[in-house]
Amino acid sequence: MDLKDLIQLRGEWMRGEGPDADIVISSRIRLARNLAQFPFLARADDAVRGEIERTLHQHVVELSLGGQLTYFDINQLEGIDRQFLVERQLISRELAESHGSRGVCFTRQENVSLMVNEEDHLRIQVLHCGFELDSCWREISRIDDLLEDRVTYAFDEELGYLTACPTNVGTGIRVSVLMHLPALVLTKEIQKVFQALQKISLAVRGLYGEGSQAMGDFYQISNQITLGNSEEQLLKKLKEVVPNIISYERKVRQALIKESRQALHDKVSRAYGTLKSAQSISSEETMHLLSSVRMGVNLGLIDDLPIPTVNELFMHTQPAHLQKMRKTSLDSADRNTARAAYLRQRLATPQDGDQN
Amino acid sequence: MKCHRCPKVATLHITELLKGEAHEIHLCEDCAQGYLQNSSGDEAAQASGTGLIKSAAGLGEAELEALEKLVCPTCKMTFREFRSQGRLGCAHCYSAFREELLPLLENIHGEVHHCGKFPKRAPDDSQKRYQLIKLRNDLRLAVAEESYEEAARLRDQIQDMESRSSHETSE
Repeated sequence: MDLKDLIQLRGEWMRGEGPDADIVISSRIRLARNLAQFPFLARADDAVRGEIERTLHQHVVELSLGGQLTYFDINQLEGIDRQFLVERQLISRELAESHGSRGVCFTRQENVSLMVNEEDHLRIQVLHCGFELDSCWREISRIDDLLEDRVTYAFDEELGYLTACPTNVGTGIRVSVLMHLPALVLTKEIQKVFQALQKISLAVRGLYGEGSQAMGDFYQISNQITLGNSEEQLLKKLKEVVPNIISYERKVRQALIKESRQALHDKVSRAYGTLKSAQSISSEETMHLLSSVRMGVNLGLIDDLPIPTVNELFMHTQPAHLQKMRKTSLDSADRNTARAAYLRQRLATPQDGDQN
Repeated sequence: MKCHRCPKVATLHITELLKGEAHEIHLCEDCAQGYLQNSSGDEAAQASGTGLIKSAAGLGEAELEALEKLVCPTCKMTFREFRSQGRLGCAHCYSAFREELLPLLENIHGEVHHCGKFPKRAPDDSQKRYQLIKLRNDLRLAVAEESYEEAARLRDQIQDMESRSSHETSE
């Protein structure tokens, strides 16, 4: 599979399906694993990094994950292609920006990806759309078992799976739920959510993980601790907390509708209008306006736009996607013009543009 | 991710605009309190630039020296190096620095015992694994010092050990 083929496909998180999909975009679990016979990457020179990469490459491509697998050597990819994979949530920014031998293997559905030589030798990720943590865990644990038949992981009876950073030791698991919370942001109630989450050791991050800003009112809620709780216990914590945030967001949306329907309708319609007619628009403004539109669709204030299309626009209007679609590299000003043109075209006839 | 100012885990992620450029700062709860109380541009630049060095500044000369002497026998990482980088060198570091790591793990996770998934095939031959990691580290150092004869010898030894262990697994 070529990277340009991916543009034609709708990645897992864009499908807009699954439980509570109006608010939960996707559920994701990642496992951090290291091979027992190699040092961690802080003590791996180019030769050892290469050896780790070759070893894992050979094993991961042979896994039977129920579909076609593609492996990319990140070093061989242009900067724009790396950025493209980051935008599709297939690799982390860290993997895109680091150096030396490293790679990624993912399924055609884009719901499983295995990163080689990120912070740890191996990072396995499974992503399902909607609020679906149990199925993510079943799938990732199975992949973990399949790999374990082939390689020996660094493991300690007391401390569990050993990772380069002690913050991941034990289960090596990060369970995260990507949520769209525009009403909580609008009313500034989100601060209360942050404080409450911090008290119970859950972390809040932006769309692209660690250190990224919360663009388009997207937030990732995830476990902070990895040691001393079983994977099921950590999952359970998220499964208990996330429904509260979902109902909080829904409650605030309903309150907004009830108390200031006109103002909300105006905000949503203006956002939709700007996206439909702008001649030049930045990525940040697009995210911001699409967020209002997405909420508007979910509240029935906009009725001619399906959610999967909105989700797709979030991704397709990002810099690398835009340039891949245009098949040329564009500077920031040209991207803003191209982005506006793309939005006008997609929003003029959303039904026709709804590819699958 | 580690706090830019101390070894604790960062829970607050701040992006500051400084002369039109975005600077990311990652802080733990305590340091974030201090940061928010006297937030200024200089402060932000300092935190993102020199935070790692400052993290060890609270310690006396003698303490720093003690951290320097604490070395993982397998990969030769010192505990001081770990303190400044936040990443361990190899699996053996967890045993080599156990006493120092336990309070840190307690602080991060509130627990120090794994109670999750176990590999069906736990690496019971950890001595041999550490030996392999050590040989690889020696090889890395030999190459860096351009001691090529030594490097060739180590490479053979690694290959020999690897082929023996893969033979055992396949049986």
